[in-house]
Amino acid sequence: MTVLVLIETEDGQVRQASRSAIAAAGKLGEVHALVTGTEASAQAAADAAAKVPGVTKVRKVASDVLAHDLAEPLADVVVALAGDYDHIVAASTASGKNVLPRVAALLDVQPIPDVVEIKDADTFVRPIYAGNALATVKSSDTKKVLTIRPTNFDPAAAEGGSATIEAVVPNVTDTVSRFVSSETPQSDRPELESARVIVSGGRGLGSCENFHKILDPLADKLGAALGASRVAVDSGFAPNDCQVGQTGKVVAPELYIAVGISGAIQHLAGMKDSKVIVAINKDPDAPILQVADYALVGDLFEIVPELTNAI
Amino acid sequence: MKILVPVKRVVDYNIKVLVKSDGTGVETAGLKMSMNPFDEIAVEEAVRLREKGAATEVIAVSIGVQQAQDTLRTAMAMGADRSILVLSEESPEPLAVAKVLKALVEREKPDLVFLGKQAIDDDMNATGQMLAGLLGWGQGTFASKVELADSRAEVTREVDGGNETVSLALPAIVTADLRLNEPRYASLPNIMKAKKKPMETLQAADLGVDMTRRLTTLSVAEPPARKAGEKVGSVTELVEKLRNEAKVI
Repeated sequence: MTVLVLIETEDGQVRQASRSAIAAAGKLGEVHALVTGTEASAQAAADAAAKVPGVTKVRKVASDVLAHDLAEPLADVVVALAGDYDHIVAASTASGKNVLPRVAALLDVQPIPDVVEIKDADTFVRPIYAGNALATVKSSDTKKVLTIRPTNFDPAAAEGGSATIEAVVPNVTDTVSRFVSSETPQSDRPELESARVIVSGGRGLGSCENFHKILDPLADKLGAALGASRVAVDSGFAPNDCQVGQTGKVVAPELYIAVGISGAIQHLAGMKDSKVIVAINKDPDAPILQVADYALVGDLFEIVPELTNAI
Repeated sequence: MKILVPVKRVVDYNIKVLVKSDGTGVETAGLKMSMNPFDEIAVEEAVRLREKGAATEVIAVSIGVQQAQDTLRTAMAMGADRSILVLSEESPEPLAVAKVLKALVEREKPDLVFLGKQAIDDDMNATGQMLAGLLGWGQGTFASKVELADSRAEVTREVDGGNETVSLALPAIVTADLRLNEPRYASLPNIMKAKKKPMETLQAADLGVDMTRRLTTLSVAEPPARKAGEKVGSVTELVEKLRNEAKVI
């Protein structure tokens, strides 16, 4: 069996989430990587993807229409290539979730999102109800279209492979959508989904100023990424893409420090697979304490600076 | 301009569901059901567009069991003008839902379909994209801002690492993210008025849609429980544990 994996790159490397998708796809069969973009960006992506161990062939589709990963042309490209594959896989990133269901509809199959375990070629495990249950589902579709949850599959290495690169002529010309602009706040911190340590803040921080005054020094000291609860994001303490939870990012770092976060179901869905969870909260009954390995009950405005100094 | 808003009846978001002891599913009997929170946001946005004069009619649609009529009444109490209930099994798969919606789109000819980005029960995040694919329309998923002008919709989307804005030719599909708006509460007079608004009931089979499931659920299990944690008394003790016991710093 052969599997097609949609690849996303960042700074000339295959994104860690896509390398997890490659690792997951390797459990299903031979892995071909699909890279798209303008001529220059697709070539750079192809060179990066060819180096990922486990990939045997890279299929490069270059067109200016594919410059921004818009779902409409990208789905058409995947569908045009789908005849050669039994499985079509992407990581459950914003882009993977945007494109793959559209692909599935065009192929008349029911997609299987957020796979956390592959049992066999037709059988997959995925979380439902905000991670409060794990469903094992068997697909009767002839082609399987799945997104995999990156934190559940150890990523393939970025270097060491040597796949062949094949250029495919795209059949996309015009599209009903066009890219207008993008806004990507710059950050020196590690990417949330691949960070080893995450310091995350919630309502308890009280303001954007406090959020950064209290959490930044601790995150700096630990080399950690900054996360946030939905309330913290909605209140403007932190940007949207910091949100950890069912509707934000799902993370599983080695150490997750939840500061002033009560631990609503929605938030727990995004972080309860972390190796070690520390909760700092003034409420001894906060639900976060039930999943925390170490809980410190008290005033975060005293505890966090003290912790920063002690590390 | 007409807007179609599909809404789903789901277990209320505040409830932590329990897995049935025989592993066949989750226990939903007797639980409070509500409109999927993302769908409330979609309804709100559609109603705001009508209040601004950008839309003329908002039609709410739900696909599922008879009780989904309560969800449609809620949508009408929020401001939807009329609604359509398509009877089927409980929680049909996104592929089947997208096909039902396609049939309704062909009948009603809306210029926009506003959906929630995902339902909080099956967490699929697929129906909007699938409907867009079936119709060949543009899709603005995970929308945090929508502006209409010159027969196009400009949609700001929440993506990894920030925001992205796309421009879609109408008709188009938009799926609502949390930050698109703050949905209103239905007032008592509006709840009473909603009882008089028209609701049409159809059978999925009448629309010529095959509702056969493609995925069979073999089992549903509790996620592995975390081992009980401990309360520590001081920062010193916490640092000591993280260094020497958990060895993570």
